[in-house]
Amino acid sequence: MTKPSVGGLESPDLSSHDATAHESAPHVPVFAGAAREELDQLLTRYPTKMAALLPALWIVQRERGWVSEDSMAEVSDLLDLTPAYVKGVVTFYTMYHQHPVGKYFIQVCTTSPCGICGAEEVVKSLLRHTGTGDLGLTSRDGKFTVIEVECLGACGFATPVMINEEFIESVTPEKVPGILEDLA
Amino acid sequence: MGFPHPSHRQETPLLTRHFGEAEARTLDGWKKRGGYQALEKVLAMTPGEIVDIVKESGLRGRGGAGFPTGLKWSFMKPGDGKPHYLCCNADESEPGTFKDREVMRWTPHALVEGCAIAAYAIGAETTYIYIRGEFTEPLLRMERAVREAYDAGILGANAMGTGKRIDIYVHRGAGAYICGEETALMESLEGRRGNPRIKPPFPAVSGVFGQPTTINNVETLAAVPEILMKGAAWYKAMSLSNPKSTGTKLYSVCGNIRRPGTYEVVMGFPFKDFLHDVCGGALDGRKLKAVIPGGASVPIQTMEEAEATLMDYEGFAAQGSMLGSGGVIVIDDAQSMVAVIARLTRFFAHESCGQCTQCREGTAWTTKIVERIRDGHGTMEDLDTLVEIGENMTGTTICVLSDSCAVPVISGITKFRSEFESLIHGKRVHSVLTAVA
Amino acid sequence: MAEKKMVSLTIEGRPVSVPEGTSILEAAKVVGILIPHYCYHPGLPVAGVCRMCLVEVEKALKLAPSCATSVAEGQVVHVHTERALEARKGVLEFLLINHPLDCPICDQSGECELQDYTYQEGRADSRYRDPKRFNPVEDFGGDVLYVPNRCILCTRCVRFMDDVAHETVLNVSDRGDRAIIGKFEGKDLTHPWSGNVVDLCPVGALLSKDFLNKARAWELDRVASICPSCTQGCNITIETRDSQVARLKPRPNEDVNRFFMCDYGRLNYRWMNRTDRAELPLVRTEGELRSIDWDIAIHAAASLLRDARTFVLASPMLSNEALHLLSRLMQRKGGAGAFRVATGEEAPLAGVEDLALRRDRAANVNGAQMFGFQRSERPLEAMRDGDVLVIADDDLTGIAADEVARASQVIVIGTTLPGAASAAAVLLPITNFSEEEGTFTNLRGRVQRFMQARPAPGLARPSWLVLGDLLGALREQDSFYLPSDVFAKIASSHPAFSGLSYESLGMRGLPVLESETAGAAR
Repeated sequence: MTKPSVGGLESPDLSSHDATAHESAPHVPVFAGAAREELDQLLTRYPTKMAALLPALWIVQRERGWVSEDSMAEVSDLLDLTPAYVKGVVTFYTMYHQHPVGKYFIQVCTTSPCGICGAEEVVKSLLRHTGTGDLGLTSRDGKFTVIEVECLGACGFATPVMINEEFIESVTPEKVPGILEDLA
Repeated sequence: MGFPHPSHRQETPLLTRHFGEAEARTLDGWKKRGGYQALEKVLAMTPGEIVDIVKESGLRGRGGAGFPTGLKWSFMKPGDGKPHYLCCNADESEPGTFKDREVMRWTPHALVEGCAIAAYAIGAETTYIYIRGEFTEPLLRMERAVREAYDAGILGANAMGTGKRIDIYVHRGAGAYICGEETALMESLEGRRGNPRIKPPFPAVSGVFGQPTTINNVETLAAVPEILMKGAAWYKAMSLSNPKSTGTKLYSVCGNIRRPGTYEVVMGFPFKDFLHDVCGGALDGRKLKAVIPGGASVPIQTMEEAEATLMDYEGFAAQGSMLGSGGVIVIDDAQSMVAVIARLTRFFAHESCGQCTQCREGTAWTTKIVERIRDGHGTMEDLDTLVEIGENMTGTTICVLSDSCAVPVISGITKFRSEFESLIHGKRVHSVLTAVA
Repeated sequence: MAEKKMVSLTIEGRPVSVPEGTSILEAAKVVGILIPHYCYHPGLPVAGVCRMCLVEVEKALKLAPSCATSVAEGQVVHVHTERALEARKGVLEFLLINHPLDCPICDQSGECELQDYTYQEGRADSRYRDPKRFNPVEDFGGDVLYVPNRCILCTRCVRFMDDVAHETVLNVSDRGDRAIIGKFEGKDLTHPWSGNVVDLCPVGALLSKDFLNKARAWELDRVASICPSCTQGCNITIETRDSQVARLKPRPNEDVNRFFMCDYGRLNYRWMNRTDRAELPLVRTEGELRSIDWDIAIHAAASLLRDARTFVLASPMLSNEALHLLSRLMQRKGGAGAFRVATGEEAPLAGVEDLALRRDRAANVNGAQMFGFQRSERPLEAMRDGDVLVIADDDLTGIAADEVARASQVIVIGTTLPGAASAAAVLLPITNFSEEEGTFTNLRGRVQRFMQARPAPGLARPSWLVLGDLLGALREQDSFYLPSDVFAKIASSHPAFSGLSYESLGMRGLPVLESETAGAAR
């Protein structure tokens, strides 16, 4: 998704989501206390430990905002998998963030049905009003990351936009400033 | 209910009847509307009797393949000593399709009930509802409904007080269209990459966790309670053209249409009336040019074909396409077909799991060529290459994603060749959708 | 075991009967047809993803992946119909669109299945005119280098680590055309059997760092052999360039090592190329070792041995043939013999029964025991003062010269002259394992042949020849002319070997009689 910065737009500050800042600190386990109990409960639903992998990764992302390599290693230990295996799974699914993202992670559907209803204009409007500069980059204040996604499954409500876990239907370029204001 | 619009008089609302009614989402509200009576009724029947009724009703899979549901259930052998599983495919990701989303958002208990009935009929102790990761609201609604059903004793170790165990769990996907393919869904459910499996073995022999499994689409399962309440004959009678297509079908309509939304009509309904009357036809000042009637994986129809279509499995096939998932993408004369197709192939390239050579390489290559043509750098040879690549991608891989990518390209080049040629010859007839890509 | 039901079918017009459940691809091999394939490997679970092995099966709608399709009674299979050829041509074109086509600098060139099948069935040109995908080369750790641009995602390497090594170090990362083989940061491919992924890779994507840029495949001479690095006895091929051993590769043997060999054995070959070798027969005259004719040297050794009790310090790297002849030498006058073995940690390959890098790091420990040599940490302890000591290729590491000096005379029959044996009266230079032919007996009592891979240095002679001549000079017997003659002698004089011959052993070996090995093998 990440593309080189478009000319004319202010070059974004990448340091706000620099993964190296997180690597130096020792890993604080995600699965302690309530999260651990939640995982233990999940494990009762499946005949194998491996089946709890996707749910476990969702817990990681909810707790940490992204899935770091340390978290992958932690999950692999808990589920009797190897870190390489977990990484293979994480990289298959597009919804797990492999690096930190903005406080508001904004996904815009641009697949054909939304595309022919003007989704590109919504993307442009979002990029302009969030100041992220380009797709996949995070705004200087660390608040926003905007990406295009493939079909969000709400084609009749073009253009659907997902902000973190919230689903907003029928977004037009004009509605974008209001939506962003509501977040603040 | 042609949600989000009021129901059109030509619709036959069964599944969509309570869309928009917030109260119907709750257990009490659902019971008030007759919910869970079917489950109560069938728990007194034998699994074989239930399977027979579903077989007799003519219900066919609403996920896209149209396989007879009762027949699929009959492949399961309850009591063979193995654990059995039911998977509900709620990974609705086919571009243009959003009907299951509405079923789960508005009538989650209809799905819970359908799952419980199916689970009982096939002898499955455990049901997983696999919902795509992006469906946050349907996920929430389904989780609430399942919790309510457990609390009310409808599900659990002693379902409805019959001493039978029916467990239902909601499982969240994480962003992968391919997990809507049944064996990929099972792989994903097991905690793996969503790579489709080689068949055979088929799921009824070795499905999720290597055990006998039945997998059904949301719409299919949600239709089950009503069939068992009112009987196979009643359902079977709902058929306007071909007796092999029975009941009602949900269509999610999107694109360049006046009233996009989810509609429910009887099998065999004229597509022409559907598009122009039920859905309101073209936007002001525009003319409809093409329809992709069954989600992005089915061949594109010209308006001539579309208007001659009777809406059922056989009817769409007779007019050069497929019923598919019922995701109707309407394209008007302001759109460049090349740009639409380019965006579709990009979708498939993005979603290919990458296992099979033809799909991994072919979807990406196809995208590069179509985008090049769209951007005015194509050649006439590219058109031949596209068709040949498409042929090499068809019928040669483990699953049909590869075929699906070739479908819009081949049908597009066949039916809208002039649009490709004019772009190749430097005439930019359409400038809409120049794609941020 | 119950007999499996046989299924009869026709492949390319050739009738064949195979056990039920066999794949079409394997059935075709039986009638001499190799259906092109990449992801399929008989040592790995079926993936069915490369789609190269598509064939036409009569009455089937679609082309069938022959690796993943079981044979059926009466099936008629066509491998070379236009439809099947077109489909495979399509796969080859797809595989090559992003391939760098850098064969001139690729180590795999000449033994690359992408080259082979493209030459055989592929298009002459490519219709691809867009930029190619690029990913940088990555060091996977161990002996393995990954060149993703050449990778065809057959996943053989991933499946080997998963299902055979039982250690998921490799994965497929990302998906679609972005997919590549990946690993976890900090978790390298250091498994003791990981080098097999290089052999399994059908293209030049996984390379041996040790072999990197050493030789082109067509410059190598190949000889069937047995890995000498432990008692497992993995079947191997020794590959030499200009008579230098360049690499060792596993040679399939279902009964010993399937398709695999460990990294330790694979990389332990440099000693075979040693240049500081004993190349001339030497006899001590006037206090100095001087080079002399072989005949004179043999007779000098024989005269020392004629009436004396003999103690033999043997190497467990020697062949059965040499050990047998040595045992006869030592038994002549009631002598004795011993050997010692270097040891290391055992490293099993989890997914293959009874396959491991064994603790004993020598090829013929079992043989040495069977021929009556005592295993000992301090092998010279059993030597009596005044014995004639024959040092048969033990390098005497850790053995002091004064221990050796307890012997009345020292004869070295070896590849080198060890410092601690510098007082030896005679040195008979022999060839090392890669320079001669012979057999080893592995830890399960399997006798396996190895062939000569490189010429002898200087005037060195094969161990069996030297020892045979020595016995001849002692009038024990006539000389041997071939190693097979020695083996025939073994077969006739040792019950455990009875009935075996070089011919019956073939290149896969046979077990010695079970009852005779029970003591030695365990």
